[in-house]
Amino acid sequence: MLTADIGSTYTKLTAIDSIRKKIIATSSAFTTIETDVMEGFSSAYGQLKKIAANFEYDQLLCCSSAGGGLKMVALGLVPELTSKAAKLAAASAGAKVVKTYAFEISQSEQNEIFEIDPDLVLLCGGTDGGNKEVILSNARRLTQIQRSFTIIAAGNKSASFELEKIFSESGKAFVITENVMPEFNKLNIEPARQKIRELFISRIIEAKGLSRIQELCKTAIIPTPLAVLDGCELLSKGTKSISGIGDLMAIDLGGATTDIYSIAKGKPTRTNVTVRGLPEPASKRTVEGDLGMRYSLSPLVNGLELNDLSDELGVERAILADWIDACIQNPALLPPPGSIEQKVEEFLARNAVRIATERHCGSYQSVYTPFGQMFTLTGKDLSAVPFVIGIGGAIINSHRPHYILEGVKPLVNDFEYAKPENPHFLIDKKYIFASMGLISSVDADLAITLLKQEIINS
Amino acid sequence: MGERTIVTGVIGADVHAVGNKILAFALREAGFKVVNLGVMVSQEEYIEAAIETNADVILVSSLYGHGEIDCHGLRQKCDEAGLKEIPLLAGGNLVVGKQNFEDVEKRFLAMGFTRVYPPGTTVETCIEDLKELFQSE
Repeated sequence: MLTADIGSTYTKLTAIDSIRKKIIATSSAFTTIETDVMEGFSSAYGQLKKIAANFEYDQLLCCSSAGGGLKMVALGLVPELTSKAAKLAAASAGAKVVKTYAFEISQSEQNEIFEIDPDLVLLCGGTDGGNKEVILSNARRLTQIQRSFTIIAAGNKSASFELEKIFSESGKAFVITENVMPEFNKLNIEPARQKIRELFISRIIEAKGLSRIQELCKTAIIPTPLAVLDGCELLSKGTKSISGIGDLMAIDLGGATTDIYSIAKGKPTRTNVTVRGLPEPASKRTVEGDLGMRYSLSPLVNGLELNDLSDELGVERAILADWIDACIQNPALLPPPGSIEQKVEEFLARNAVRIATERHCGSYQSVYTPFGQMFTLTGKDLSAVPFVIGIGGAIINSHRPHYILEGVKPLVNDFEYAKPENPHFLIDKKYIFASMGLISSVDADLAITLLKQEIINS
Repeated sequence: MGERTIVTGVIGADVHAVGNKILAFALREAGFKVVNLGVMVSQEEYIEAAIETNADVILVSSLYGHGEIDCHGLRQKCDEAGLKEIPLLAGGNLVVGKQNFEDVEKRFLAMGFTRVYPPGTTVETCIEDLKELFQSE
């Protein structure tokens, strides 16, 4: 078997012997989306052949984040309710959720969506039988945006007739599906997720120049983050014959985004707790477009205090600033081994992990009541999660991946965030998570065997 | 008159859960659509739920005596959030001590509440009032 992960900059291949249950080789090559995806694929395949000359494959499976991935924006009504549900649905379908909007969008937000030029737009708002005005108004505004995105409407079902009319008259491509929040605080993201997946296959693959590679695959190309999520779910839950490892969290730190995956119910671990807010899915993915080690380095650094950084690291501010500027100007730059820059790099990576984890996991708030101190939990309590897996170039290629992953742990005196307190760190050294996620759809036993071999036992 | 939606819950740091469940059950039995937020509900949560579900009324319970402080400003926040003229009802043990209920009611009405109920009010009274409120619209 052969799996291909076609990224924005690299195409990564993994060759698998499905009978002897072994990973034969991995290779990667530069992808040029402008010319032809096939070039990157052929060149990576050529490299693979150098390592394993006799390798032939019967089946090719493919995922892609080419062309910036599946770019989406999500619209909802109340930020903590349908907007959040929309964001969760899009992220768990493997999309890069560039921005989430709430209430009726403004003129400047409308312009912003034009600038973002998303592939898909997820439009939500209102429980079934609830508020209709906002979703209808936002639908009209979306039709005024002269871009070629497809709209997925997953809001108040009572608005569906009018939505259909608005979209049909405007000529915009659209699908209408079940509400992401049919009742108050009841999440129903699966139908919207399914539609995103279908649209990725029917529209995006062609738009991103992936049609030719799709012809070589028997199964549909899926977004890479979705493959990673599938891989995480498999390793956590296991198959009928092979047990999983239970709750886990995975962190994919890249150049442009930081993705966090958690497979855990996230029930409260403390006593005297009332759970508040929207219940979150056991398999959750969040993607932070403003936290990354290269393309998104400037927003990451903006969120940190340079002076504090230089104090904490004992590095002069000027050196720090120079390195950051250099990285922003040349994303291909890598720090020399053993240098101060390498330390800076690791430190920034650790902070990206810290912030992304704080946004992903739940938080506790202390409330003083006549009955004594109580807590409320909003989101998932991940403090007892036993495994945290590092994936993504900035972690697996680092000399101190564990140091970077320490960012998931709560800081001293931090009682707010329900972050993993004492996890085992595992590293996806060969970057096989997406590949195993792909294989899970055709041979789940094989995929989990290989995951355990490469990630737990190595 | 279509199905009416009621947002209810126990406000503030109050964890009295039993009455809340009975009230929600009785309101459902009476034919209303009930969005029950449970205990320890903040003002913002009532408002967010009411916006999203297009609710017809917000029914606030408070059993621990701090209701007056907790309810302060709810009407203003509703106005701010676009929930203009939504009826606000409050009941339970709204204040501490044996205060004259007429004074308490006056203070709550001045805060913008539509109806205020003394301790010991039956669910039936509340249901009758709700029906009357909806009919008069």
